[in-house]
Amino acid sequence: MALSREQIAQRIARELEDGFYVNLGIGIPTLVANYIPEGIEVMLQSENGLLGMGPFPTEDEIDADMINAGKQTVTAATGASIFSSAESFAMIRGGHVDLTVLGAFEVDVNGNIASWMIPGKLIKGMGGAMDLVAGAENIIVTMTHASKHGESKLLTNCTLPLTGAGCIKKVLTDLAFLEIKDGAFHLKERAPGVSVEEIIEKTEGKLVVPEHVPEMTFA
Amino acid sequence: MSGFNKVVNSYEEAMAGLEDGMTVIAGGFGLCGIPENLIAQIRKMGTKELTFVSNNCGVDDFGLGILLVDRQIKKMISSYVGENALFEKQLLAGELEVELTPQGTLAEKMRAGGAGIPAFYTATGYGTPVGEGKEVREFNGRKYIMEESITGDFAIVKGWKADTYGNVIYRDTAQNFNPMAATAGKITVVEVEEIVQPGELKPTEIHTPGIYVNRVIKGSFEKRIEQRTVRQS
Repeated sequence: MALSREQIAQRIARELEDGFYVNLGIGIPTLVANYIPEGIEVMLQSENGLLGMGPFPTEDEIDADMINAGKQTVTAATGASIFSSAESFAMIRGGHVDLTVLGAFEVDVNGNIASWMIPGKLIKGMGGAMDLVAGAENIIVTMTHASKHGESKLLTNCTLPLTGAGCIKKVLTDLAFLEIKDGAFHLKERAPGVSVEEIIEKTEGKLVVPEHVPEMTFA
Repeated sequence: MSGFNKVVNSYEEAMAGLEDGMTVIAGGFGLCGIPENLIAQIRKMGTKELTFVSNNCGVDDFGLGILLVDRQIKKMISSYVGENALFEKQLLAGELEVELTPQGTLAEKMRAGGAGIPAFYTATGYGTPVGEGKEVREFNGRKYIMEESITGDFAIVKGWKADTYGNVIYRDTAQNFNPMAATAGKITVVEVEEIVQPGELKPTEIHTPGIYVNRVIKGSFEKRIEQRTVRQS
């Protein structure tokens, strides 16, 4: 079975380490905050200028001046700091964020990522995504393995305008966890009940499959 | 009256001198920390052919979005413009020009502009459409593109409190692009919720020193929330 949104978030949460500063993109990445392992402290960075993002506010706590990068009302966690956009992107572009998790339309075997534009269709803009992928050493891209029509999103060459070139090393899809190196996807783990054959079939770019591909387990 | 007194008493005075074709840098992220009354004043003035530098373009009936109604904006320099149907319509119809700029590059363009730095190199956007046509240089084995900084004829800024000398502090995440915008205007106008006397703000808590600020006005604010998200208590 393909991973649910919650399982994707759970799997990403296993990449968190104690003391990590983490930037979670909009959508599924945001759910990772619900699965921070016990005994681990992480601080969430929100690119609009908040380090130490807390939970959503209660009705009484709502404050128009306290929002996250998704423009949702939020609270500040204990030990948070608040600053300007220039400071926020100094953290991001200066390589100070330990882990960045974001969604994408396509990734390819050379670590290119396309996530911000579909010509003729979608012209909303890149927001902070180009800064995040250029600035971070440790990035996890999360996306569905193939489109609704079965077309692979793990490609030899991205077809859409790029967000960043040669910057992605880890991809978690609904079917598999893969690493990108030496011009290929390397299959590391598969979703419970998903066969290696299905992953091979839905991966357009070069795929390296080891003899044994462990199955992810979820509590 | 001190020579450093920046306080003006009307929005007409606050935006006096804005003319057709000018470039305006605006603070704010989404609808958070936007100079909503200064924008409303520009709507009232009917100034046209404006270039706006702002992370977003408001929504259809609030923030910079209201300047689209009478087509006062010629060009937007923004990182994300996805919340605005009228924007998309005018863009597709070729009535509006847009220069999509990565958010960190946009912040740095303003910061550098205000600091007298004409251009800088960044890895952001290298190898993407944003880097096309821009100078590329390699430093320590990595490729960077040259980005030019931005200054404006006007900067419009939303602060929390200012003293009469134009020293400004911002509140929570309403800070965002405002401090950089404040440095990058030939004329910087700050609207705030409260004006206090010099000495009432602690010198160490000032975010924007008054040297950057030309005019300060006290306003009252709607502070609309874009995504009201709550947890069950």
